[in-house]
Amino acid sequence: MSESKQQSNGLIWAVVFIIGAIMLVWSMSTSRTGQVWVTAEQHAFVQNADGDWAKTDAASATSNDIAWTSYSSVPDNELTDEMISSGDAKMSWSRTIGLWLSAIFTLFILSFLVGDNPAYKFAEAMVVGTSAGYVMVIGLWDVFVPNLLGKLFPVMVQNWALPGMDASVGTQLLYIIPAILIVMLLMQLMPAGGWISRWPIAFFIGITAGYRMIGYVEADLVAQIKAAIIPLYETGADGTFAIWDTMNACILTIATLSAMVYFFFSIEHKGFVGKTARLGIWFLMITFGASFGYTVMGRIALLAQRLEFLFGDWLHLI
Amino acid sequence: MYNTLKNLDRRWVFLSMFLAVSIPILAKTVFPEVVSKQAKLVFDAIEDLPDGSNILLSYDFDPASQGELLPMAQAFTRHCSAKGHKQYYMALWPLGSPMVDLSVETIESEYPDMVYGEDFVKFDYKAGGEAVIRMITQDLRGMFPLDSKGVSLDKIPMTKNIKNIQDMDLIVNVSAGDPGTKQWVQFAATPFGITTVSGCTGVQAPQMYPYIPEQLAGVLGAIKAAAEYEAAIDAVYPDINDNPKAQEAKRRMGPQLVAHSLMIGLIILGNWIFYVGRKRGEA
Repeated sequence: MSESKQQSNGLIWAVVFIIGAIMLVWSMSTSRTGQVWVTAEQHAFVQNADGDWAKTDAASATSNDIAWTSYSSVPDNELTDEMISSGDAKMSWSRTIGLWLSAIFTLFILSFLVGDNPAYKFAEAMVVGTSAGYVMVIGLWDVFVPNLLGKLFPVMVQNWALPGMDASVGTQLLYIIPAILIVMLLMQLMPAGGWISRWPIAFFIGITAGYRMIGYVEADLVAQIKAAIIPLYETGADGTFAIWDTMNACILTIATLSAMVYFFFSIEHKGFVGKTARLGIWFLMITFGASFGYTVMGRIALLAQRLEFLFGDWLHLI
Repeated sequence: MYNTLKNLDRRWVFLSMFLAVSIPILAKTVFPEVVSKQAKLVFDAIEDLPDGSNILLSYDFDPASQGELLPMAQAFTRHCSAKGHKQYYMALWPLGSPMVDLSVETIESEYPDMVYGEDFVKFDYKAGGEAVIRMITQDLRGMFPLDSKGVSLDKIPMTKNIKNIQDMDLIVNVSAGDPGTKQWVQFAATPFGITTVSGCTGVQAPQMYPYIPEQLAGVLGAIKAAAEYEAAIDAVYPDINDNPKAQEAKRRMGPQLVAHSLMIGLIILGNWIFYVGRKRGEA
């Protein structure tokens, strides 16, 4: 790195740190910066003679009833000294630690803008690891247990994990097929029988390709051709000539045809065909420009949301 | 000037963008929104349904696009709740389920009269994308034997008479990619004619507009459309208008204006540097 770049790097870091430090000190001196306060709510359910559970007063709940406490975060601007002194609101250490971790990891990720660094790499690894773990657990409890084990062993699953499940349908033997496919897929982990996993993979690819082909042909090919065939002379509800709708229809038709001509490579792009293809490029460029504008808007929205979190939830500046 | 700008460290651009977004947030700058035709189409699709209609809301996004899509998802929830529609929530993304939870929390805190199982219900995430959509167009219970609380659909008042999603009056999809709006159009809206509206990321929006009006009743593209949709709701529902939590997208349009102005300035500046460089024979 050149000396001027190092100086620039140091200056940028200094500006960021000074701004951050001033905001943090100011916020901590004026509010409960970085603290999460909660209010508790008691719940209780009692089992009636029919075996159904009905809501009851939490204060009168016995050990045979189901009772629990839920906590709701109190926004800083709604938290009063009276709520604190009366004990209605309590500081939640677990949520406070979570908030600080969230803020610190946000800063770690944003630090990549200044340059690649260990903090960014650590945060990146945490995202990948926790996401993978979360998806695995969700897949197990939301898909594998109710949609496969629940179909094959309904009584066992009802007694073990899902008491609300209807086990009266009995075992659905058709679900043995996906169970076998799963076992075959897991054979990929075996040194000797890895080739067996290719069969379920081929099955999944075939199914997916078939599904998607039907979807695209029906919704994107046939329906879009139908949608592109529109009258070029539009009238309003009162039957009079509608100039803007007519212009829209004409532009749509010209744009569709010229863009298609651009992708038609069997004829050399010369003369009328060349000019039409050129017009098609213009329409495509306008489309790409609109997409780029939308993308910028999306990315700024994401940045604004994280800064709102940092300034609001964490620093209580807004 | 030219040499300074040509060799400018890109991190100064990042810093200026940080300030362009931060200052309007700290100043709480909010601009009035004019409801566009697209936002009105989406608003009308929900508003024109009779009170108590069945609406399936599929939140197919995750925290990575929360900043762009959560405001419109929350606006959908508030609008449906204010109209008293019955809301069936689901997610085709594993991390979409916590996004649905945020909407459920909104209902529970802002509409305490609404009862779980009678006015709204949540289904858990299911893997399979388009296969899930295809299946629930025929058999809801085959894919969702239970709701997210582990209760059989036959024991829940609002699901016991629902056979499949063809019984829905409207599908609302909030989409960040695949599976998302495209799959709902391909496997539910087009083949079965179920009225569908979409709220999607800016990146996806240009791909969704061709589906209007036959295959999609309306599209909210990115945060701008979400802000317009909030404005449309505010005009009809004063309670929502008075709720600061319901103005999230409108609040996020302040930073957009300043940041976009900066972007335009930077694009002009970049082109000027390129033009001068080429004139000097450097490019």
